[in-house]
Amino acid sequence: MNLAVFKRVLSAVLVLILSFAVSSCSGGKNELYVYNWGDYIDTEILTEFEAQTGIKVIYDTFDSNETMYTKLKPGSASYDIAVPSDYMFEKMKNEGMLEKINFDNIPNYKYIADRFKGMHFDTDNEYFVTYMWGTVGILYNTEMVTEPVDSWDILWDEKYAGQIFMYDSQRDALATSLKRLGFSLNTTDLNELTLAKMELIKQKPLVQAYLGDPVKDKMIGGEGAMAVVYSGDAMFSIGENESLAYAVPKEGTNIWMDGIVIPKGAKNKENAEKFINFLCDPAIAAKNTEYIGFSTPNSGALELIPEDMKNDPTYWPSEESLANCEMFFDLGSFIEEYDKAWTEVLAASN
Amino acid sequence: MRSKTPAYPYIVWMAIFIIIPVILVFYYAFTKTESGGMVFTLENFARAFEPIYLGVMWRSIRLAFFCTVICLVLGYPVAYIVAQRKTGTRDIILFLIIVPMWMNFLLRTYAWLTILEQNGIINSVLASAGLPKLNLLYNEGAVILGMVYNFLPFMILPIHTILKKTDLSLVEAAQDLGANGINVFLRVVFPLSVPGVISGITMVFMPAVTAFIISNLLGGKQVVLIGNLIEDQFLNVYNWHFGSALSVILMIIIVITIGIFSVAERDEGGAVL
Amino acid sequence: MRRFVKRLYLALILLFLYAPIFVLMVYSFNVSKSRGNWGGFTFGWYAELFRDRQIMQALWNTIVLAVLSAVIATFLGTASAIGINAMKKLPKRVILGINNLPVLNPDIVTGVSLMILFIFAFNMIGRGGLGFTTILLAHITFNIPYVILSVLPKLKQLDKNMYEAALDLGATPAAAFFKVILPEITPAIVSGMILAFTLSIDDFIISFFTTGAGVSNLSIIIYSMARRGVNPKINALSTLIFAVVMILLYLVNRMDSEKLKH
Repeated sequence: MNLAVFKRVLSAVLVLILSFAVSSCSGGKNELYVYNWGDYIDTEILTEFEAQTGIKVIYDTFDSNETMYTKLKPGSASYDIAVPSDYMFEKMKNEGMLEKINFDNIPNYKYIADRFKGMHFDTDNEYFVTYMWGTVGILYNTEMVTEPVDSWDILWDEKYAGQIFMYDSQRDALATSLKRLGFSLNTTDLNELTLAKMELIKQKPLVQAYLGDPVKDKMIGGEGAMAVVYSGDAMFSIGENESLAYAVPKEGTNIWMDGIVIPKGAKNKENAEKFINFLCDPAIAAKNTEYIGFSTPNSGALELIPEDMKNDPTYWPSEESLANCEMFFDLGSFIEEYDKAWTEVLAASN
Repeated sequence: MRSKTPAYPYIVWMAIFIIIPVILVFYYAFTKTESGGMVFTLENFARAFEPIYLGVMWRSIRLAFFCTVICLVLGYPVAYIVAQRKTGTRDIILFLIIVPMWMNFLLRTYAWLTILEQNGIINSVLASAGLPKLNLLYNEGAVILGMVYNFLPFMILPIHTILKKTDLSLVEAAQDLGANGINVFLRVVFPLSVPGVISGITMVFMPAVTAFIISNLLGGKQVVLIGNLIEDQFLNVYNWHFGSALSVILMIIIVITIGIFSVAERDEGGAVL
Repeated sequence: MRRFVKRLYLALILLFLYAPIFVLMVYSFNVSKSRGNWGGFTFGWYAELFRDRQIMQALWNTIVLAVLSAVIATFLGTASAIGINAMKKLPKRVILGINNLPVLNPDIVTGVSLMILFIFAFNMIGRGGLGFTTILLAHITFNIPYVILSVLPKLKQLDKNMYEAALDLGATPAAAFFKVILPEITPAIVSGMILAFTLSIDDFIISFFTTGAGVSNLSIIIYSMARRGVNPKINALSTLIFAVVMILLYLVNRMDSEKLKH
């Protein structure tokens, strides 16, 4: 490449700078800054909200609770809405990172079913409006697994060596092992944790890989017999490959909730409350849950979604299957022990 | 050309955007949070020298080393062959080598999954030829492959820039005088290109040591690297102190390695390797 | 024979580099959202792509960011490579050691520590916040070392007498630099700029932590999609980017060769 090309590039740069300076000059006052998981809303809802209220939505996305937390923690990221999961919500609340919601501005909150209100992490209903919920269970391929799947034990069955995917996160992987041994998945008993760790090390030669997000594609493509997944991902995977099925083990599992919150220092709190109210509208919530495939806490929306979706146990598990389930608690500094245990599992040789 | 002044703006820049953050990392590494305040401690380093962490660190350096050697062995001939072409073709080929890296990293790596997995492209070809399937994913080989793929252009470009202006007529002259190809290469071409090779090695080895998304996706966490552990400490455990200590140790190891390396390099381009 | 082996080797390396690119392009036509399932052929994702204002905005941010950071890093980097080249052994080694730190440090460490630095600075002056400027500064910071690593070897290789000779012949230092030195090191500068551009396009973690509300690049969008599955819209976008780059490459090349004819 010669000097002429170089000069051409430079002049293009100048044009870019100028046009950027012009385009970034816009921006009114009536705004709402939303921070959500990637692909975790039907974007038509944003357009409808803008059309109805005249509020301009600035929408950003994150990839995990942890990166979202690290970004919001220093208090300079100025979002009006964020969507943490239960245990992360608890942590953020304890650290004073959240604003109380004025529920007078959210009449549609009445549609949220009572079982999703006053959770252990927000007993007085001040900060958290449940957005979606679900379980963690076993997604399996019925062509490879013919026996009934109802227990975590099957993940330790040598018959399936090399065909098992475990969830790549310390809390989720250890929860599987803890529940299988009959312990709480929030245990702070080091002995119980050590036993769970030993079991995971014992299981390791059977595991093809510890995966996070890519596990859906692997199961859809028939790359493994079973995997530990979130129910919403199971819904998606079963939709793509009919030989897949989902089971919540009888020993119990993790039940999780993602909720809408207002971070401390939000500059457009009233707009945020308008937005929360909009999301709680049954018609909107129904549209959203149909798009995302995760279960809605909105009883009004549940009336509106198709029958076959409502009757699908993956979408809406039965009461009895939820009997032994627990939610994650924020473990404070005991998380270090989980981390050490998990690191030992990962570093163990096959 | 004897003036140091042009470097001053960047020295100021370095002080602000490199040295201050690094001081911060050192500060975290030598402290712990206790009852709300920061207290001096060496605990983080004591923990970092536990066998489990040393093992992971050693593996990261070993894999990065293999990756660098493979990039050099694969990349050098490319740089050499391209340098012999005439200007137009040369630029096009170089461009073709870098353009794949403009497609998003995550998509490229997912595509490798499609190529390597049990029902993937390679295994389908093998199966239709009646050959047994291979386990190509979730092992060290897959991680090295992913690294080589992503870092190869960073080896080729700096070497090529140097070889391009190296007087290749020297090579012909030496050959005319009866020197054999390998001899010419070792005695004439390679020594001239050493500065480029060193740049290439730097650009490949150092990022490879701390790579972690490649080992997540292609190693399936069966191959844990130091980058994974550091990420974990910062994001999942919120223990920035221990995470910083791990990176400080890494910094020191690599700075020493590079130091030894540059002592071995003589001032005038020639090198003892 | 020799020529054939060389061509074959180049072809194999290009095949290695392009195999995954072809795979990801093929999946832009997949009806199914999942890589694990070929659901049939469609152009639907291309239509959806242009309706997605978030992706279009991110594409724009990515390009502006990559071009600006690459150009600024190239200027700063080239200048400092010239300065460093003139230094004595010890200061040279110290500066180069520091220069290597951003290349070596894990992205997460660089990203988080830069974020803390920026926030600290904003608190000091009592105004401002993370946004386009901070992400740009971060990109320039991790780009410069690569420019220096590209340009410095070329400077070492230069014949030191050339510059002196130009001065002896009466050229001003500026003229000697622009007429004699610059043309010699231009290939290295261009390759440094291309590397910087590439790094900027592909960076996720540092960008994530140093950007502010409303400013996302493509990497941030794509990684945050991962939990639910990366949408084939992104494959469609990559395919289009690839096509545009190839067409531009062809046009520039034709312009150059026509210029040679005249």
